[in-house]
Amino acid sequence: MTAFPSPLAGYLLVAALLFAIGLAGALVRRNAILVLIGIELMLNAANLNLIAFWRYGPNPQLLTGLMFAIFSIAVAAAEAAVGLGLVISIYRHAHTTDLDHISRMKG
Amino acid sequence: MQEAITFAPLTAPSSIARILWLIPALPMFAAGIIAFLKQPHRKVSAALAIGSLFISLLLSLVAFAHVLAGWSHHSAVRETVNFTWFRFGSSTVDLGWVLDPLAAIMIVMVCFVGLLIFIYSTGYMAHDENFTRFFCFLSLFAGAMLGVVIANSILLLFMCWELVGLTSYLLIGFWYQKPSAAAAAKKAFLTTRVGDIFFLLGIVWLFAQTGTLLFYDSGAGSLEASALASLVTQHAAFGLTATGAIGLLIFAGAAGKSGQLPLHVWLPDAMEGPTPVSALIHAATMVAAGVYLVARVYPLISAGAPAVHASVPLGNNSTSTTAALIVVTWVGAITAVFAALIAVAQDDIKRILAYSTISQLGYMMAGLGLGGVAVGMFHLITHAFFKALLFLGAGSVIHGCHEEQDVRRMGGLRVDMPLTFATYAVGMLALCGFPFVFSGFWSKDGILEAAHQSGAIQGPFYLLAFGALLTAFYMTRQVSYVFFGHWRGHAHAHESPRVMTIPLAILAFFAVALGAIGTPAWPWFRAFLNGIPAKFALSGFSEPGLWLLILTSSVIVFLGLGFGWRLYGNKSPKPETPDVLEASVPWLWTPLRHRLYVDEFYGATFIAFYYWWARVADWLDRRLWGGIVGLVAWLFGLWAQLNRLLDTYWVDGAFDKTCEEISSGGGLLARVESGRVQGYLRYLAVGVVVLAAILLWSFRP
Repeated sequence: MTAFPSPLAGYLLVAALLFAIGLAGALVRRNAILVLIGIELMLNAANLNLIAFWRYGPNPQLLTGLMFAIFSIAVAAAEAAVGLGLVISIYRHAHTTDLDHISRMKG
Repeated sequence: MQEAITFAPLTAPSSIARILWLIPALPMFAAGIIAFLKQPHRKVSAALAIGSLFISLLLSLVAFAHVLAGWSHHSAVRETVNFTWFRFGSSTVDLGWVLDPLAAIMIVMVCFVGLLIFIYSTGYMAHDENFTRFFCFLSLFAGAMLGVVIANSILLLFMCWELVGLTSYLLIGFWYQKPSAAAAAKKAFLTTRVGDIFFLLGIVWLFAQTGTLLFYDSGAGSLEASALASLVTQHAAFGLTATGAIGLLIFAGAAGKSGQLPLHVWLPDAMEGPTPVSALIHAATMVAAGVYLVARVYPLISAGAPAVHASVPLGNNSTSTTAALIVVTWVGAITAVFAALIAVAQDDIKRILAYSTISQLGYMMAGLGLGGVAVGMFHLITHAFFKALLFLGAGSVIHGCHEEQDVRRMGGLRVDMPLTFATYAVGMLALCGFPFVFSGFWSKDGILEAAHQSGAIQGPFYLLAFGALLTAFYMTRQVSYVFFGHWRGHAHAHESPRVMTIPLAILAFFAVALGAIGTPAWPWFRAFLNGIPAKFALSGFSEPGLWLLILTSSVIVFLGLGFGWRLYGNKSPKPETPDVLEASVPWLWTPLRHRLYVDEFYGATFIAFYYWWARVADWLDRRLWGGIVGLVAWLFGLWAQLNRLLDTYWVDGAFDKTCEEISSGGGLLARVESGRVQGYLRYLAVGVVVLAAILLWSFRP
């Protein structure tokens, strides 16, 4: 007696929710760090999808999804480091992390 | 000897074996709670730590009683509870715990000595502002140490082993405001890490060869016959079998933890920690963990020894040894003499005891190498009691003398601190191996006996006998300085509070009483560990050569005591005058005083090498790589200049006009590029939605 047709659907729904939360955060927050957090959430939603599709996919013994997820986590860590470094240098330069005030790239 | 043990066929583990995990878990849990308490909650934190360890003690007594009850029918109890921690691909990582005589004796000892030291600490640390932090670390240590003892998985053992190392680091550096304490903590951590690297290599090798992390797993464990039989046939380098090589790697880890040569340098410095820490961690339990580890993997180290002939009585096996055991023996014996020599020329009351601990650990290792698990472990247990007693006594002296640690500035304390003096004297006589009455005599005698009977190699026997002479000598020197003569310090000394002296008295009782379970007439301890019935028989004394050995070791002890008393007894020399030995034999005194220059040697070789290497790396960074980067940058600069000339006079002229046109057209599109990152993100999101819509549309039914 489950609410979902399969466990996979449950995982995908959670991942979709996580993605939506992350997207909303990235779109509406004005603080660069919170936008970064939103992006991390979306990445983790993608990781969840990778793991879920691997686990319930045709070849769970191949560990492919796990590998993808580990790589993705490693890349996410690097990305977070670079992103935070950018935020810090932007802050040093502009004395703010409010994205609305950082618009010098406009055409 | 070890081959003779038979263990009862494993049935389902009993209920006490099932809940054995509670013994280490309770103190760890208490440590977790104490970590959240604030500084003023002294009573709560001390009560949590002591209460949890007390429950652990009760549980371990129940476990001990269970092992004792099952000890019959020529077989010993060995119950294991294993489980799979996680699974990766096709291999599993298994953890588990084991209840056998070895573990049962150790948990009782650790809990009991630990509990006494905890109680003592409430008095010793009463004025320290970081009282709760101290008990948090102490509790964590007790849990981790108990984890080491009951671990049935070498990985679990290693995890607890590292936790023990961490708490040792934290507690040595407990007074981290003192630069010397912080440095000592780092030194201890780094030095033991050297041994642990080898230990880890041994674990990986063992896992790779046997495919299991468990010691005992109803026939499939790495210490059981089938795995050992296949390991013995494999040959590693230098004529060693795989068992010998893995055993030696694990022994290297044990040597780091137990302060064996050449990794002993951290232990004397570790005395910067509070004295109860020195007693619990750096005398009774953690440093003995190395010895325990060797005892635990003894089947591995001794595998492949020539089979013991059935007619040879217990303890008389002169042929059963392996290359790895010989290494263990020699390292232990050399450490025993080396550290005892240094202890002769030290003035800090705790440093003398620290070198004495190193020396005694050498005895244990030699005992394991020569006589098997029971001989080494008996000395471990007796030593735990009398060395904890000596350290706590030293702590009481330091407390009473207002934090004075130099033995030359004490004296005459037998009048001012009678209780401390009486208990300290018991500990000192037990350590020296005073004949018949004290436990240290029987345990040390067992090691000497094993060394004497080891046949071909007699070197360790002479080394250990010489070490016994030195032990009696330096302990007499210390006791004469501290308790005899007249007072040479500043403020007046006072006896310690009862919360400190009562644990001393209990430990002193056991320092004497434990001897009763290891005499040749009633070798209960050996029989218990080996799973054979213990008989009381005075005929144990009539073994050939035994009386001669007892006589020899007694004479050695009396020689050491008498010589020490003659040189130092009741003299009360001024702190400024040179030591008696310094005045008479300065060529011997100076190197001993400087700890035989081991620290200086490491400073001049390894540390100097690292400094040199750091400077080379710095030079490479600045000059070589920096120079190359600078050169490349300069070349690019040159190239850019060239390009700029080309651009300005040739390309730009042609493009400028075009660009103006494009620019005015682009001005329209520029509205979109607002420069706001989130605006772009929104376009992106809209794009994704549109793509999704197209995708859905194309799949419409």
